[in-house]
Amino acid sequence: MEVNQVLDAKGLACPMPIVRTKKAMDTLESGQVLEVQVTDKGALADLTAWSAAAGHTLLEHKEEADVLTFYIKKA
Amino acid sequence: MTVIKMTAAEVARKVIENKELFILDVRNKDAFEDWKIEGHSFDYLNIPYFDLLDGVDEILPKLPTDKDVLVVCAKEGSSLMVAEMVSEAGSDVFYLEGGMKSWSSYLEPIKVGDLTGGGELYQFVRLGKGCLSYMVISEGEAAIIDAVRFTGVFTNFAKEKNVDIKNVFDTHLHADHISGGRHIAEATGATYYLPPKDAEEVVFNYTPLEDGLTVKIGASQIEVGALYSPGHTIGSTSFIVDGKYVLTGDILFIDSIGRPDLAGLAEDWVGDLRETLYRRYRELAEDLIVLPAHFMIIDEINEDGTVAKRLGDLFAENHGLNIESEEEFRHTVTENLPPQPNAYEQIRQVNMGKITPENEEQTEMEIGPNRCAVR
Repeated sequence: MEVNQVLDAKGLACPMPIVRTKKAMDTLESGQVLEVQVTDKGALADLTAWSAAAGHTLLEHKEEADVLTFYIKKA
Repeated sequence: MTVIKMTAAEVARKVIENKELFILDVRNKDAFEDWKIEGHSFDYLNIPYFDLLDGVDEILPKLPTDKDVLVVCAKEGSSLMVAEMVSEAGSDVFYLEGGMKSWSSYLEPIKVGDLTGGGELYQFVRLGKGCLSYMVISEGEAAIIDAVRFTGVFTNFAKEKNVDIKNVFDTHLHADHISGGRHIAEATGATYYLPPKDAEEVVFNYTPLEDGLTVKIGASQIEVGALYSPGHTIGSTSFIVDGKYVLTGDILFIDSIGRPDLAGLAEDWVGDLRETLYRRYRELAEDLIVLPAHFMIIDEINEDGTVAKRLGDLFAENHGLNIESEEEFRHTVTENLPPQPNAYEQIRQVNMGKITPENEEQTEMEIGPNRCAVR
């Protein structure tokens, strides 16, 4: 998977992971992929719901050593 | 205009005093539908915070101007962000300090009544989770039943009342919330009782809570008597306090009855549940006041904030006590059950002493409603 930008939101508490993700997405072109790394567990449900609501595609997410990584394709 | 902090304690007073409040819940839809702050006179608007990142103009017309608006989220951060946006648009607005985590943890002690010889009985209402704990006080001594994990609330209350905690009981091995009983006993030197049939796998020492056991609180006549009442778990035990109250644990609630499946043995225990509710409890005095270990819906809370009702009234009104056919009863309590409580298997492991998660993780495990009942 080609990742166009990586956002490190580790250590940030809600709502900052989504605030930063939205800002990063705004700079991408349609079809490009953003990788987001977070440690706030609540981000899983929120990023999933936010992506769906905004029309973006959540391609994949994984959890390794307390870090959640998301790959989101811009609508 | 200004953003004002509201504490869980202040929200609790509004629930108990039936005050109006408009809750703007900014968690995602699933979280809101699963579990929210319940109040008789509360109104709600649920818009996830991530739909408001570009501004709150759309929701401003939906916010009332004649009552307090409280913004609520899971932990606090998002509610503060949204509250600041609303306030910049020109309205006074509150946010919930500590979010739903703090709401889930808050306990309100309410006096249920006086006991023989100057004793008192208190109910600790955990509004956010629907858990009910009890403290019996008499002549400088206290007994605690079904304490939740915020042990400081109980030990501080005992200190305020100038009483020593001598006995700590759990009616059963809880599956929906983490018990504070063992830790209170360790901290105070009190005796910790647990029904042996629920305790086969526990990895700590306890005193067996057997049918017919009687413990005196203080020197006088206040007795706490154990009545074996299986069905929610195989060890579930009720207590008769001072001949006036029956503490039913998770067997009988105000508007529902216990579910037999949380330890994985619904089919085996349904007969025990039937026997307890339809025979053992029928032999008790109808004037006993039922004090359960949970409530599920806000309507179960009385005007004074307590959750309590006469046993005779429950025989007349509680659907779960009025299913004549044994077959229908079996069907009701084993099929079409509500979802199981969040992390209930892990919570049982914690209560057995097998795992000891950190405080933060315990909070996560307990998020959500208790779901111990069948209606």
